[in-house]
Order: sequence, then structure tokens, then C-alpha cells
Amino acid sequence: MSLPTDRPATRWERFKDNDIVWSFFHSPGAVIAAVVTLLMILACVFAPVLAPFDPFDPAQISLWDGKLPPAWVEGGQPQYLLGTDNQGRDMLSTILYGGRLSIIVGLAAVCLGMVLGVTLGVVSGYVGGMTDAIIMRIADVQLTIPGILLAILINGIGRAVLPLELRDDFAIYVVIVAIGLTDWPQFARVARGATLVEANKEYVQAARIIGLPRWLIMIRHIFPNTLRPVLVIATIGLALAIISEATLSFLGQGIPPTTPSLGTLIRVGNEYLFSGLWWITFFPAIALVVLVFAVNLLGDWMRDALNPKLR
Amino acid sequence: MTELLKIEGLDVEFPTRRGTVKAARNVSLTVNPGEVVGLVGESGAGKSTIGNAIIDLLETPGRVAGGSILFQGEELRGRDEDEMRTIRGDRIGMIFQDPQTSLNPLMTIGAQLVETIEKTTGLTGADAEARAEELLAQVGITEAKARLKAYPHQFSGGMRQRVVIALALAGDPDLIIADEPTTALDVSIQAQILDLLKRLCRERNLGVIIVTHDIGVIANIADRVVVMYRGEVVETGDVAQILGAPNHEYTKSLIAAVPRADRKLERFTSVDYIEGDAKPFSRIDVQNHWLGQARSDRQAKAAVEVDNLNLSFVLQKSLLKRNRRMLQAVDDATFSVAAGETFGIVGESGSGKSTIARMIAGLYQPDSGQIRVFGEDVSTRPASATARQARRALQMIFQDPYSSLNARMRVMDIVAEPIRYHRLTGSESETRQVVSDLLDHVGLGAAAGLKYPHEFSGGQRQRISIARALASRPRILICDEPTSALDVSVQATILNLLKDLQEELGLTMIFISHDLPVIRQMCDRIAVMRHGQICEIAEAETLFEAPTHDYSRHLLDLMPRMDLLGTDRAVPA
Amino acid sequence: MTTFILKRLAQSLLVMAVVSAISFSLFNFVGDPVNNMVGQDATREQRIEIRQQLGLDDPILTQYTRFMGNILSGDFGLSYRIKRPVDELILERLPATLELVFVSAIIALAVGITLGVYTGIRRKSWVSRVILSTSLIGVSLPTFIIGIALIYVFAVHLRWLPSSGRSGTVDLGWWKTSLLTVDGWRAILLPAITLSLFQLTLILRLVRAEMMEVMRTDFIKFARARGLAERAINFRHALRNTLVPVITIIGLNIGGLIAFSVITETVFQWPGTGLMFIQAVDFVDVPIMAAYLVFVALLFVLINLIVDILYFVVDPRIRLGS
Repeated sequence: MSLPTDRPATRWERFKDNDIVWSFFHSPGAVIAAVVTLLMILACVFAPVLAPFDPFDPAQISLWDGKLPPAWVEGGQPQYLLGTDNQGRDMLSTILYGGRLSIIVGLAAVCLGMVLGVTLGVVSGYVGGMTDAIIMRIADVQLTIPGILLAILINGIGRAVLPLELRDDFAIYVVIVAIGLTDWPQFARVARGATLVEANKEYVQAARIIGLPRWLIMIRHIFPNTLRPVLVIATIGLALAIISEATLSFLGQGIPPTTPSLGTLIRVGNEYLFSGLWWITFFPAIALVVLVFAVNLLGDWMRDALNPKLR
Repeated sequence: MTELLKIEGLDVEFPTRRGTVKAARNVSLTVNPGEVVGLVGESGAGKSTIGNAIIDLLETPGRVAGGSILFQGEELRGRDEDEMRTIRGDRIGMIFQDPQTSLNPLMTIGAQLVETIEKTTGLTGADAEARAEELLAQVGITEAKARLKAYPHQFSGGMRQRVVIALALAGDPDLIIADEPTTALDVSIQAQILDLLKRLCRERNLGVIIVTHDIGVIANIADRVVVMYRGEVVETGDVAQILGAPNHEYTKSLIAAVPRADRKLERFTSVDYIEGDAKPFSRIDVQNHWLGQARSDRQAKAAVEVDNLNLSFVLQKSLLKRNRRMLQAVDDATFSVAAGETFGIVGESGSGKSTIARMIAGLYQPDSGQIRVFGEDVSTRPASATARQARRALQMIFQDPYSSLNARMRVMDIVAEPIRYHRLTGSESETRQVVSDLLDHVGLGAAAGLKYPHEFSGGQRQRISIARALASRPRILICDEPTSALDVSVQATILNLLKDLQEELGLTMIFISHDLPVIRQMCDRIAVMRHGQICEIAEAETLFEAPTHDYSRHLLDLMPRMDLLGTDRAVPA
Repeated sequence: MTTFILKRLAQSLLVMAVVSAISFSLFNFVGDPVNNMVGQDATREQRIEIRQQLGLDDPILTQYTRFMGNILSGDFGLSYRIKRPVDELILERLPATLELVFVSAIIALAVGITLGVYTGIRRKSWVSRVILSTSLIGVSLPTFIIGIALIYVFAVHLRWLPSSGRSGTVDLGWWKTSLLTVDGWRAILLPAITLSLFQLTLILRLVRAEMMEVMRTDFIKFARARGLAERAINFRHALRNTLVPVITIIGLNIGGLIAFSVITETVFQWPGTGLMFIQAVDFVDVPIMAAYLVFVALLFVLINLIVDILYFVVDPRIRLGS
């Protein structure tokens, strides 16, 4: 594997030479998925700039314009490309703002689950003994209960504990915590598994013989080597977190309709589906599915590319 | 036309993103009935590829690009899958390296034998079962009838390899290809399996190809030898000629690098046929260097003393004491290592030799007993400041060059870690200078510091490990099978490096190995271990010339016969 | 064998203890039960009286013991909202949920495993590629969107099947089933498909991945080298080894079906326990939430126990030891 010259490779050369980077640019699905994900994230982040209307500004909403179909359908108006909802808000704008919320909640929940899970997992795997037994027993018990159910429960308890007047304001944080708390065992398991593999490797024993303290070995040696599998789980976890948020909101347990996420939009639209106003549900649903699909596609590719057994 | 197999001009290619790798180039060889042909070479020589190419089981994306494979006068190239299936098992049998993974864990041995027999011979039902029983008996498995109902995990490694051989024989083939059949086994079992293969070859007039990296295996079993180097056959000949009077330069250096058991040499004959390994870099003057400084002289005391050391592992946990299954990994071990000497510990796998090393290094805590490093007790209170200070005199080199370096750190940072953590230098610039010097000194060159471990070969990585160990300025070096994962020619250069370092720095070494010839070349005194106990401690020469313990004698008997190797091979050219 | 089962049983009991403790704490931390019983305008005396009646002033441990005693005898108290015994409510709605989960599980397992094996064996055929790409879409479709789409197409647009509710039930006295009439089947079809789709794709992808993993092992290569037929290698060697990890996941998947029945039942207004649970969460109807939690945990524990025993049957390494 040695490079032809003695001159050490620059970062850029290393990057280009990397098998994973190479495999990425040679798998069209992965590239498309990455581009779509990135575009959707960017579109949502810059929603205030890109959206033709501000759906939270009452001055820009007129009930007279409510329930208008998309621009290309008879009765549609050109300024409302994807039509309007029951309150007269521009669908495209609400989808951009809603997607923004969905992505923020998804990312924050995954980060929470990841930080919690990886920390506990690495400690559990490296320290072992009672600590390991307790942490993993908790994770096992939690894993027998499907995530979405637990999220509904934690979310429900969270809302019930909060005073009524604060519920809507804090709904987003409650949802993030609920999803993040249901996520952590996955991360803990993967991180612990990777830690057990790494801890048995001789470089960790070498570090112990050098005399490095445990915490330094965990941070400097073990943690960076557990990142690959954690990254795969995080990507797939992001897709799942976005779905979970949408599901909670759809069930009326998540983000309130005043600041709707994609799930809330679908919930609201669903009530108008039977009366033929299909666009109020259809476009948010499509946006959600495309986003989740792109993230899943990326995760799928990553799992294959980062799996040492497949190479 | 008496040849069983005749390969001519075989080319095997593996297209990869970095261009086509030619795993085999213009390979020609023949196998006659009743003959064992050894296909020998170091890693990357393409020897396994030949075996897989014959029965058309190359790993994707490999393909045969040219040449011919004539088996009993028929061309095997270009056959479709169905035709090959009538040849595999029926006419050519295959044995793989690892008996642990070669058998389906969910099927009984009997079921696997019967399905193979039914496919290859047409026998069915009770006939096939009777045949299966017969086969097991032939490969030396007793109580064959009862064993047919057993699952693979109920057999030991050696027994499993016998089952694998029985499966390969089920179709009564004319040719057996054995790919490193004994590499995963202990020496004593290795000898039995080789005897079995040789006996079957003679009895059934089989042609056998043994693919191996081990000159000892070749010396024991082969009639003719084909030597491969980088995908090409460099020499073919009678076993006595190849081992005793090789013609090709590569074969010569390969044979010269095999450590000899019959007498101790100052150094290994330096092998110049290795590419991508050590180059003559400027070595540092150790006495006037950071590396040679700050070593207080406490040579009077023994470097390491081990008293009545015990350690057992729990094999099966249980709340009830009587149900618990324990393994006494180290059983009352006592020895002492004088400063400056090289102390060898030898034994088969599971003998406890590595466990002792790990206890001395502080990786395991003994259940009872005491370990002293330069007179300081390091085992009673391992976390105390004095124990930790005393242990800093001690470093370890590990077996596996691929897992002993953190893949995510640059070589510079790997080697600098102990210096930085213990603040052994005055400044970061001095640290960098020291690391460069160390990398130079172990034969890698300072530029290696900016690369990552994956850019180096196995031997080079072991050199990085050595540099990392030196960075702590140790006075005791524990080497746990430091070369058993390396090719024999690389092994010679690493062992030479260790010898040089010991001499320059006056290091005390504890050298652990299962390989008796290596132990003889490296050590002053040797402890022989078995089942956690030390059987015998003796001066190296005494042990090899006049062993007192039965087990030592047994081990020495099992050493591969090397008398075919020329006696003058050790003389440097 | 007995130690193995005993160990698992002990673990199950632990899970149940933890879950019951959580559901007990729901009563204490979520909402004020007295408010729920008597409403806002009750007098102070009334409140104190009810507190005493409910035993809310007893030490927490006494309350917990009482709670455990009650749930062991199947008594979860009265629903705050409907004012009926919770165990009665759950038993009434249980058949609807179990039948839905049962039909979905059959669909998910049968179709999922078949397609998984097919794509695992015929790795390069275009049919496999199509199935695989479709399955990734399946994983990306939230259950409620599948439900909405199916309703829109088959109920609103084509008008072939009912959009909601559970009709055509036959009362067997102890069980109301919808599996005995055409109407019942028509009603259960859409929700069952909706519920199964996500798990189906998961099972498919898992079986395929495991199959490919097994195909790379040495013993498959050795089986090839013995010239065994492709069929024997695929089914006798690969598939059985694939089953061992797949069984675990199937256990989890059935758990997943129960969880997602909450969503499916909401979309289709299917009168099962899931719908009841989500309504209870809406109204903070703690007794129902607590009972549902215990009930679901019990189901999961049972499923996991069965999976462990299956494991035992399939894998001789666990059965026989070494």
C-alpha cells in the first residue's frame, strides 16, 4: 500500500486517494442522494430568503386566497405555485418553513441521542464490569420497546408535566428530547460494540503500557475509531428521527399547527383530503418522503462503503 | 502423458481501480499422481490464487487471463459452472486454512459428509452413511459412528481439520489442493495433519498441492517444490535441491532467512531480496543521544522478578461456585530475568506465555504472587505512584502489526505520544527531532512520520512499534511473538534490529514465541511453558542440546525436520 | 436449557418490574388524579376525602405494593375520561388490535422473507434491483403516509374498500373477529397492508443482507469446492444460517407492528387498543396509559421469550454447548 514516493501525501491527495471518497464519486445513487439532501437542507435553512411568502406573518395571509389549487390546475393562481392551504397560506412557503422545522428537530434529536449513546457506549465498553452491565441492561430493556411508542409516551408525559400555556412554546424541545431519548440505545450498542473491538486491539494496550489514563485512551484512541459505524447509524437515525417527528406531529402530539412542521401540515391537510383538496396533503408528504428517501439512500451507501467486510 | 495436472503459462488478473493487478504471471507447474507438490512463497506471492484458479473459484473480480490448465489431459479453462461442479469434489478436492470456519455450524458432520457423498458418488441413504463412517475412520477419527451426529463446534481444531479432509476425500478425487492446511493449528497437531495428508497421498496415489508459506511444512511433506515470488514461479525442483542447494537468488535468501534450530548464530543472514522494507538510513550515535541518556544504573539487581504468579480466567459464569468453570492461565510461575539478558518463554497456544507477559506489563492483574521490576514491587498496588514509576522502565512489542498502531494517528504522533505525555523532552521541537531520529534509527527514515500506518507494510509497522516503545526510553522490552505475523524474510530483519538495539542500549528482553528456532536464535535463557506451568528453565544451549523435562523433549521432537537445509546456508555471501 | 430459560425469565421479570414502576409513577407525576376525578370546582373537604379514598396519602411504597397487587389481578382502575374499568376497555378492544397485527405479521413475514431470499440469491438480476430500490422507498415512507395514500386511492378514488372502521365482525362470545366475513376482510385489508409495509421492507433488506453475509463465509466456499449443487448451497447451507440472526429481528419486528398499530389505527379509525392509547395520551387519561404500557411490555416480553426459545431450537451451538 505504500505510496510510490517518500514524500508524504498532502491532505488533498489523501482525500482523493481515499477508497470511500472514490466509491462515493463512483456511485451515482450516493451522489444524487447527497445532492438532494444538501439542496433540501439548504432550501429549508434559507427558507426566509427563498420562500415567496412568510406564512407566520398575518399581513401576508388572506382567507380569500384559501384553498387555491396549484398554479397549473384550473383555478390556480400563478403567485401560489403549489396552491394555498385552508387558511390561505402559500403551500410552497409553508413547506419550506415546515421542512426547516423537521430538519432541525431531526438533527437535534439525532445529536442528542448520539452524544448520550456514544458516551455511554464507549464508557460501557471500555470500563466494563458493573457499569457495563447496568448501562447495557437499561439499553436492552429500552430496545425491547419500539422507539415510536416510547417517543409518544415520553412526549406525552413531557407535555402533561408542562403547564398548559407553555405547551406550544416548548413542544419542539419536548419532541427533540423524546426522540433523542428513544434513540440512544442504538448508538450505545454500536459504540460499545466498536469499543470492545478496539479495546482488544494492541494499540490500546500499548497506550496503557505507556501509562496514559483511561479517559485519555477513551478520548484519543477509542472514540475516533468508533466513528465510522456511529456515522452510519446517525445517518439512518436522522431519517428515522424525521419520520418520528412527522409521526408525532401527525398524531397531534408534536409540533403545534401555529408553527407547522411537515407532519403537522400533512395532519391538517388530511382533513381536507376527502373534499378533494389533495394538494394540501400531497406536497408536504412528497417533500417529506423525498427528504427521508435521500437521507436513507445516503445511509445505505455509507453502510456498504464503510463495512470492512464488503471490501 | 502421466501428469495429473499440467499448468502452463497461467496468468491471473485482478482488475482494481488502481489498475490491473497480475496475481499470477506465466505460471507453469505439473503434479504427478502420488506426489506432493509444495507451492511456497511469502504473502502476496500469488500462491493461493493458483489453487483457486484451478477449480475456478477465484474471488471476484479475479479472472484467468491466459495459459492453460490441463487436468488428466482435459482443459479446465472455459468450462461453465455446471461442468466445473462435476469436477469439484468428484475429481479435485480442496482443503482450506481455517477449520473453524470451513464447516457449516448448523449441520451435523454426518449430514455434511452424506450430502457430499451423495453428490459425488451416487451412493444414497444407509450406503452413504456407511461410507461417511468409513471416511472418518480413515482420517483418524475414533468412534466414527457416534461422531457423525456431532456438530462442528463439538470438535477441536485439529479434529475439525480431519473432518475437512474427510469431506475433501468424499468424492474420491485424484487431486487435492490444500491451502495452508496447518497454519491455524498448533505444532503438535500440525505434524499429525501433515502425516495424514502424506499417508493418504501414498495410499490412494493422489496428487497433492500444498500451498504454504512455511518452509518447515515443505521440508516435512513435499516431494517437489515450486517457489513463487510476486506472482511468478522463480524456481521448481526436488525438495532436497530447493532446500539444500537453491539456484535462484530469491530462494537462496528465503532459505537463508529461515531461523535454524541446530545452532545459534550471531545474526541472521541479511536478506537483500525484500522490497519496500528497511533501507540503510543514518543510524544515530546512541550513547550521545537523548535515547541513551538518563538511565540510572541499577544493573546489580535483577530486571524482572516474578514470584508464585497465579491468574485464572472465568470460562463460564455462574452464581454457584461448583458450576463455575475456570481456566488456570498461569499456575504458580516463578522466574527472574537478569539485567541485560534475553529471557525466552516458549510454549504452544494456551500455555499462558502471553498472559505472563501481559501481567508483567500491567495489562492483567495477577490473582496472587508478586512482580518486581528492578526490585520495586509493581503488582501489589499497581496504581501507586512508585509502581507506575517503576513500570515506566518497561515497554512491549506486540504480535499483530495491523492492530498495534492507531490507524487514525500519524506515525509522528504515535511515536511522540509517550514523550509528550511524560514530558521527556524540553520542547516540542526537541520531541520532533527525537521522533525523527528514532524513525531513522529503526530503518524507516524521518519522512515516515508524516504518513499514516496504513501506508506501511507489516514489517515496517513493527518498526514503528519498536520506535514507539523506544520513545519511553525503556530498559526492559517485552516482545510478544513480535514476528509471528510476518514473512520469514521480514522476520529476519526485525530480529536483527532487536538484537542491535539490545546491544546498543543494554536492554533486558523478555521474548515470547511458539517458534523454537527463533527462540534459540534470540535468547540466553529459556522457560518452557505448558498449561500455565513452567516446565523447565534452562540456558538456551542446554535446553536445545540436553532438555531435561519430557515436554521440552516432546516440543523439540515436533520441530520440523530441517536436515534437508544445506549446512552452509548460514554463511553470508 | 433450564438455566438458559430461567435466565431469560429473570430478565423478563426485571423488565416487567421496571415497566410497572414507570406506569405507577405516571399516576404520581403526571397530572393530579383528584382533579381528574372531581373537576375544578370541588370543595377542599371533598378533595381530602377522595385523596383518602384513593389512598394517596399512604407512604409511596404502600401505594406501589397496592398498585402491583391490583395489576396482578388485572385491575387498573377507572378511566378518568370514560369512567369505566380499564381492563374491561382493553379486553374489549384487544381482538381488533391483535387481528390487525396478526394479519400484518403474516403479510410482512411471508412476503419479506420470500423477497429477501430471492434478492439474496439472484443478486444481479434486474428484478432484484427493482425490488431493492423499491424497498428503500418503503423504508422511507412513514406509515401514516402509506395509510393516507391507500385510503385516497382505494377508498376515495376507486371506492373498492372502506376507508375506516372495523365492520363485519362476528361475536364469538369472548372474541369479536372480523376474519370470518368478506366485509371484515375488506375492512382489515388496507390497515393490515399499511401496517405491514414498513416491517416488510425491513425484513426483506435484513434477510438479503444476512444472506449475502453468509454467502461470503468460508463454509460456503468449501461447499462450492466440493461441487455441491447451487440449490443445496442456497437453501441447506445459506438460508438456515441466515435464519439465526433473522429470528431475533423478526421478534423485534412484531414488537414494531404492535407499536405502529397506534398510528395505523389512528389513520383508519380502527377501534383497537392503539387508538384508545393515543386518545388517552391526548386527555392525559393516566390509568389507560399505564395499563397499555404494562400490556404492551408484557406482549414484548412474551415475544422475546419465544424468540429465545426458537434460537435454542435452530442453533446447536447454543443448544449443545461446546
